[in-house]
Amino acid sequence: MTDIATSATRVAAVPGGRRRRLNGGGPRAGTIAAFLTPFFLPFFLFHLVPVAYAFWQSLLVVRREGGQYGTSYTTFGGFEQYLLVVQNTEFWGSIGRIGLFGVVQVPVMLFVALIMALLLDSPLLKLKSFFRITAFMPYAVPGVIAAIMWSFLYSPQLSPVVDLLNGIGVEADFLGPNAVLWSAANVSTWLWTGYNMLIMFSSLQAIPQELYEAARIDGASNWAIAWRIKVPIIAPSVILTTVFSIIGTLQLYGEPAVLRQISSNISSTYTPNMLAYAVASGNNYQQAAAISVVIAVITFVLSFGFMRLTSKRAGL
Amino acid sequence: MNKQSAIRESLVSRTAAMGLMFVLAIYFLLPIYFLIVAATKAQGDLASTFGLAFANFNLFENLDTLFGRSDGIFAQWALNSVIYSVLGAAVGTLICAVCGYALAKFRFRGREFLFSVILGGILVPSTALALPLFLLFSATGLVNTYLAVFLPSIVSPFGVYLARVFTNAAVPDELLESARLDGAGEFRTFFSVAFKLLTPSLVTIFLFQFVSIWNNFFLPMVMLQNESLFPITLGLYQWNGQTARISLLQQSVITGSLVSIVPLIIVFILLQRYWRTGLAAGSLK
Repeated sequence: MTDIATSATRVAAVPGGRRRRLNGGGPRAGTIAAFLTPFFLPFFLFHLVPVAYAFWQSLLVVRREGGQYGTSYTTFGGFEQYLLVVQNTEFWGSIGRIGLFGVVQVPVMLFVALIMALLLDSPLLKLKSFFRITAFMPYAVPGVIAAIMWSFLYSPQLSPVVDLLNGIGVEADFLGPNAVLWSAANVSTWLWTGYNMLIMFSSLQAIPQELYEAARIDGASNWAIAWRIKVPIIAPSVILTTVFSIIGTLQLYGEPAVLRQISSNISSTYTPNMLAYAVASGNNYQQAAAISVVIAVITFVLSFGFMRLTSKRAGL
Repeated sequence: MNKQSAIRESLVSRTAAMGLMFVLAIYFLLPIYFLIVAATKAQGDLASTFGLAFANFNLFENLDTLFGRSDGIFAQWALNSVIYSVLGAAVGTLICAVCGYALAKFRFRGREFLFSVILGGILVPSTALALPLFLLFSATGLVNTYLAVFLPSIVSPFGVYLARVFTNAAVPDELLESARLDGAGEFRTFFSVAFKLLTPSLVTIFLFQFVSIWNNFFLPMVMLQNESLFPITLGLYQWNGQTARISLLQQSVITGSLVSIVPLIIVFILLQRYWRTGLAAGSLK
């Protein structure tokens, strides 16, 4: 302790390069730049510039001179595009659908993931690595391929599940107007439960065993230990997985787009991203950019808001 | 609680826990099992036989048809997927490692600012960038080329975050200091000392980036019109949309899906421990 203190004062007294050196390695600015540039240049070009460019585009409007067939020109329109987004019923329809999806699917998925993680961390199970691998395996399957696989299981002609349900007298229509949203939710749940479970499981494994000893001596059951000790400790992981899930839900595109290929109950503007793509395909780039910006803002507000809310509740 | 009832309780919980986990395991395996069964059937048997039972074994003919379609376009898609994800993840991991290392070990003004920009970047999903990137790339003529998918894919803010966490955990300052005292430059120090210590972590970063590029769908869909540049996901999506008109294509979509996921599942099971390191680091805050 004294050693560090004295060397720190000594270092402070020495001017110039030697101080930097003793401070834990301070290479020249050029060297630092050489380490950082290979990442930051593409990061700047392909992450930051597109965000700025989308924002700029969203402030522009295309106007026509001389009626319907006149020449068109692009000009600054302020927040005109955003006004159009707010007035667009298709936009709010897609947000409502995805909101309903998220409010149900995210808690269900994370609850199942949490139960699985707690069971894998408890002494109750055998065959633990088998269960872990089977749950995580869907993460290796691209979302589009997963949706294609499930769409065969939903299809009235091919599905063994529909056959079995018909066999016991249940008429199943996974692609009906009300059911199809939950069929899409099921694909997301199948894909991501194991991934979220593994994040929670990893933090459970990091808890030192001694923490449970005292509770065990006091006669606490496995359930009490799980809910009163383990869950509060891994709360940050649960919050993290929730934030990732909120972001993922708002970005949904591939899975519903695949289901659209077999169900007429999914429109081309079913999710916010599908709407943005449909608008961009119609060459209305400025409107599409405004939609993208609004989606990004909603994503940010929701994920930050959720983190704020939960960290205050947990007193962190 | 007496001893006997405690034993009974634990037997009940054990059975319930195992039962629940088995049901979930069936749920996770069902679509994959269905795909394996379906890939062995001829198109005609798909609808006429029960989906979970094997019928006439037709897998090799199906593979033959799959790879023979449109002058072997499926093999081209598979190759493209490998190029995008192996090359993209390799380049991406290297630049993430160098940057994360610098953010962990060099002290300079603005370091924390740069790091928080990267953390913000993690929260911006790649889907949100695809349309603006398309507009930018169409202005520069990059649309509909390999680079249009490859260049954005190499950037992984999450990879930099992992590289910084791993460097702090695995590379002691004393080792770097002694390499410097031996007269090694910063790059030599990185490649001769830090790189070796970081290798297992770099495998983790590589895997995460590999999977995210392999699974990417929206970016290639927005960027590419030319079929011969498609990755597997986009190609199979396109075929799947044509099965209403060309019903024989259905069998190729099924076999193609199976072919595209089997290598990844094998890699996953073999490299399991690297996933857990990455996910554990990702949940630390």
